[in-house]
Amino acid sequence: MSEKKIAVIGDKDVVLAFKAVGVDVYPSSDREKSKETLIKLARNYLVILITEDIASQIGDIIDRYKTKPYPLVLPIPSAKGASGFGEENIRRNIEKAVGSDILFGAEEK
Amino acid sequence: MAVLRVNPTRMELKRLKNRLKTAVRGHKLLKDKSDEMIRRFLIFVKQNKKLRREVENELSDALKNFMLAKAGMDDAAVQEAVAMPSVGVELITATQNIMSLNVPELTVKAVEGDTFPYGFAGTNGELDSAISNLSGLLVKIVKLAEVEKICNMLADEIEKNRRRVNALENVMIPETQETIKYISMKLDENERANIVRLMKVKSMLENRD
Repeated sequence: MSEKKIAVIGDKDVVLAFKAVGVDVYPSSDREKSKETLIKLARNYLVILITEDIASQIGDIIDRYKTKPYPLVLPIPSAKGASGFGEENIRRNIEKAVGSDILFGAEEK
Repeated sequence: MAVLRVNPTRMELKRLKNRLKTAVRGHKLLKDKSDEMIRRFLIFVKQNKKLRREVENELSDALKNFMLAKAGMDDAAVQEAVAMPSVGVELITATQNIMSLNVPELTVKAVEGDTFPYGFAGTNGELDSAISNLSGLLVKIVKLAEVEKICNMLADEIEKNRRRVNALENVMIPETQETIKYISMKLDENERANIVRLMKVKSMLENRD
């Protein structure tokens, strides 16, 4: 694994903010390009942050990296706020492991 | 339940009995492993949920602030301001072992430097605070990435493990038991047949005289 560390894939505004704190950024807006970027970055980076709206489009590629130790692909909210995509992932994990949703279900009652 | 296709011999019986013993023991071990993994998973998943809530709220706030700051400034000026960041982040990677799963462990090391890589004349105060918020948040984001990865991997492993337990419990163990029963019955039957044959021969010999 090479020494590169954190990358962000996202729309222009998000990317600009992260650039200021010294993270490598890859602006992307359409599905195909995000896909390509992610596959390319997965070889070089340890942590890849993807904004939720893009992550929800390329979920199939993200799932590929889920069970490998590296890279760590993390959906992050964009400036619009969280869409619940990240929590959905946690819920799916719980269902997969335990068989039923025991954390989120109890809360909504 | 189907009986395995084996020759009903003593050797086969012994082999199957050993195999059954191993299977039962393995089944118990795997079941214990599954219990422990689920226990750990629940701890991580709770942490994951809490962290994600925090990060999501703080991050979208930070990004919103950044957006506001950007709106108050010339676009080119913002581009210029963030074009050459003087800080960086470095990750120190290690692996930790959770239930014999190798999961990543990351520690963030901030590269020293001025947080604000631009002169204050051309930018406004909101941009400063947005950026300093964001760089503080980065540690938390990496932590979240780590915890979420652990959850993903554990969930996957738990599922795999459950398959193994089920396969042992519902297929392998009953099949072996059935076969052992079949072989021992067949052997008994052979023995009885043998005795009957001997008795028959004996009576035939007696009748000849």
